[in-house]
Amino acid sequence: MLTTELIRLLAFLVGIIAFAAGNAAYLVYAERKGAAFFQRRTGPKEVGPQGLLQPLADGIKLMTKQLLVPEGVDPILFKIAPIMLMVPAVMSFVAIPFSEQLTARHIDLGLLMIFAFASVNVLGLLIGGWGSANKYAIIASARVVSQNVAYEIPMLLTAITLVMATNTMNLNEIVAQQGGGFWNWNLIRLTWAASPLTPVAFLIFFTCMLCETNRAPFDMAEAESELVAGTFTEYPGMGFGVFFMGEYANIVIGASLVTVLFLGGWQSPLPFLPNSVVWFLMKMYAIIFTVIWIRWTYPRIQFYKLLNLSWKILIPISLFNLILTAGWLKVF
Amino acid sequence: MTLEVVDKSLETFVLNLGPQHPATHGVLRVKLTMDGEYIVHAEPVLGYIHRMHEKMGENRTWAQYMPNTARMDYLAALSYNHGYAAAVERAMGIEVPERAEYIRCITVELNRIASHLLWFGAFVLDLGGFTPLLYAFDDREQILDLLEAITGARLTFCYFRFGGLYNDIDDDFITGTRAFIKRLRSRMPMYHDLVTNNIILIKRLKEIGPISQEMARRYGATGPVLRGSGVNFDVRKHEPYSVYPEFDFDIPVYSEGDSMARYMVRMDEIEQSMRIVEQGLDKLPEGPIMAEKVPKILKPPKGDYYCAVEAARGSFGIRLVSDGTNTPYRLKLRSPTFSNLSLFSEACHGMIMADALALMGTLDLVIPEIDR
Amino acid sequence: MPYFSEIYTGTRSLFVGLGITLKEFFKKSVTLQYPHEHLEMPPRFRGHIELIKDTESGMAKCVCCGMCQKTCPSKCISLTGEKREGVKGKVLTSYILDFTTCSLCGMCVESCKFGAITFSKDYNLASTRRSDYVFDLLKRLEGKK
Repeated sequence: MLTTELIRLLAFLVGIIAFAAGNAAYLVYAERKGAAFFQRRTGPKEVGPQGLLQPLADGIKLMTKQLLVPEGVDPILFKIAPIMLMVPAVMSFVAIPFSEQLTARHIDLGLLMIFAFASVNVLGLLIGGWGSANKYAIIASARVVSQNVAYEIPMLLTAITLVMATNTMNLNEIVAQQGGGFWNWNLIRLTWAASPLTPVAFLIFFTCMLCETNRAPFDMAEAESELVAGTFTEYPGMGFGVFFMGEYANIVIGASLVTVLFLGGWQSPLPFLPNSVVWFLMKMYAIIFTVIWIRWTYPRIQFYKLLNLSWKILIPISLFNLILTAGWLKVF
Repeated sequence: MTLEVVDKSLETFVLNLGPQHPATHGVLRVKLTMDGEYIVHAEPVLGYIHRMHEKMGENRTWAQYMPNTARMDYLAALSYNHGYAAAVERAMGIEVPERAEYIRCITVELNRIASHLLWFGAFVLDLGGFTPLLYAFDDREQILDLLEAITGARLTFCYFRFGGLYNDIDDDFITGTRAFIKRLRSRMPMYHDLVTNNIILIKRLKEIGPISQEMARRYGATGPVLRGSGVNFDVRKHEPYSVYPEFDFDIPVYSEGDSMARYMVRMDEIEQSMRIVEQGLDKLPEGPIMAEKVPKILKPPKGDYYCAVEAARGSFGIRLVSDGTNTPYRLKLRSPTFSNLSLFSEACHGMIMADALALMGTLDLVIPEIDR
Repeated sequence: MPYFSEIYTGTRSLFVGLGITLKEFFKKSVTLQYPHEHLEMPPRFRGHIELIKDTESGMAKCVCCGMCQKTCPSKCISLTGEKREGVKGKVLTSYILDFTTCSLCGMCVESCKFGAITFSKDYNLASTRRSDYVFDLLKRLEGKK
């Protein structure tokens, strides 16, 4: 029994790393193609058929660049930062239910574990910026810390609202409760178990997810036109590549969290169709498409107005939602 | 600009918004003294692209200087050609035929639309929205194709000559321009829905970078910067030249003085330029495009002549001092962006960098024009 | 209250913006795929200048008056001619255009009263050596049979 468990874990390990790495590589391609179609041009199309081998070319280019460590940086911090960004994201995949059977570990506090790992990624950006000894990088990492702290709060508040309604933090059970048809998904569930403000909670959670992963319109960490490249200014070649892979892995985690909590995970939208991992992947990629769509539509928001949005708008609304849900659950 | 003594009690550091930066359009260096995120003192350092156009003027004949005028502000090159040609015509007393004047106005206004479209795209790009740039360039490409069909060049036009034009327009240009105006009119609501009414852009621009009327006058700002602060001054209406008195158009003036006002002035100017082009095409007379008696070797009489035109960025003035020979004695170019930039130092005091960059974007800087 | 109305109009403007970009997503791309497709240059396009051949005599129409050389603001044209017996006027022996300083102003073409030079439609001019841009226009004319 021990060996089958071990083999199962090893298979999952390889599978998760392959999934995370493949997604990180091909999401870059998807983003470039998506950006191109939104802007009425063609994206990469020369390397390989329809440009599908472009990520391979990019990877080779990044790997062949010299890994400079600039003078005056703190050598340990400089090298640890990309790792601290990538590892928590990949580790969070352990708790996500891809389908009824495909879950690495059924963790009772799965949701809490994922949120805990999400906070470590802020630390990675801060260390990267500080260790670079570059004024632009330090300004950027200071901004990133305030932004991430401010937006974790509404995210946790909306997650608590959901946990109050579903009574569990085990992600597999949350999905299992959304069985039936799409009218049972947490997003639009109108039974006694959820408050009427759940779509608003969905929007708030989605916005906070965009913020935690430093995507436009909240990309203070990169802020290309103001701070050149923000936190990553001093990172050459593959160091930059690992930051980017970490960012895309975070996006995948965020999208799968949204799918699991609000959109029914691996449940099919109609009761007579079988549940499978395909539904999960379709929903997750629809959310990722929306994330890309949003990036290429809006300008960036200013830093202090970003914090205003969180503290003055999102937190009051999510607190109100929390109280409303508590009252609703008590009454019904 | 006055050099302020920085308060020694603040812990400040100097950040170079260096000559190579994605947001300064061209090679502009700004030495920012910053206290954390706030700018305490800003000092623009110019001269990285000084090419001695004014000195070149003293070594070329009057006709040979025309390509130089196009290279200063390359985005609105025709208005600079117009200013130079009008100044020399004023000096020599040459009368330009009606048809040539109408075609000059039509092409200058088309160039103004192209310049404003590029400003729009690049400005929203600075603020972080990457897509409207590509949409604006799609429209601008059509203008450049139209102008290429008649002048042969896409950016640095050398189309006007003393007494008229280089060559005439044809019917393809007229039908093409009318089709273009119809298309752009139908696309302007899309730009307003996507960008102007977007809550993120409104938060980014409203009440940011206020320039009071008094400050704009003090620094000699002209163009949309001045009209965005409430002063109704446009060279085309207040010191008319060419056939502008024949056209019926409005001058957009907004009195708030913030970045949103300057943005709206330029968007409205695109609409007014389209009106001028339509009226010009309707009223276009037949006739010659070149004045008859233009001497081959120009020798304007001795004296001091000045002519101002409304370029896309403000009032472009050119002062000629002629000593009766075939090369100018002195050619002085008053560049509008130089005066507009001079108020950046006082206006951005106390702002965070994102707001200062939004302000710099609304000033519409083209650095080769500042450095000449 | 302005707090709530701003939240409402703001969120609505965000969705309107998303709708516009989605509509543009499904439209055809406007890019010209350059190496595979080529654009036709308009007739008045200003490439570098080239000499025109006189169809009767088979030689260049240029009479070596030197007007183009005098008019050029950047002094990029240098031509020489000589008198040959039996031929009226001068015969062109060399016409060098230094394209590195040419500003494509068109004054040379305008000042030529004999119609001897015109703009070419050549735009594929990338090269790695400066000497490639010093054009010997007479040799080009003879090579263009």
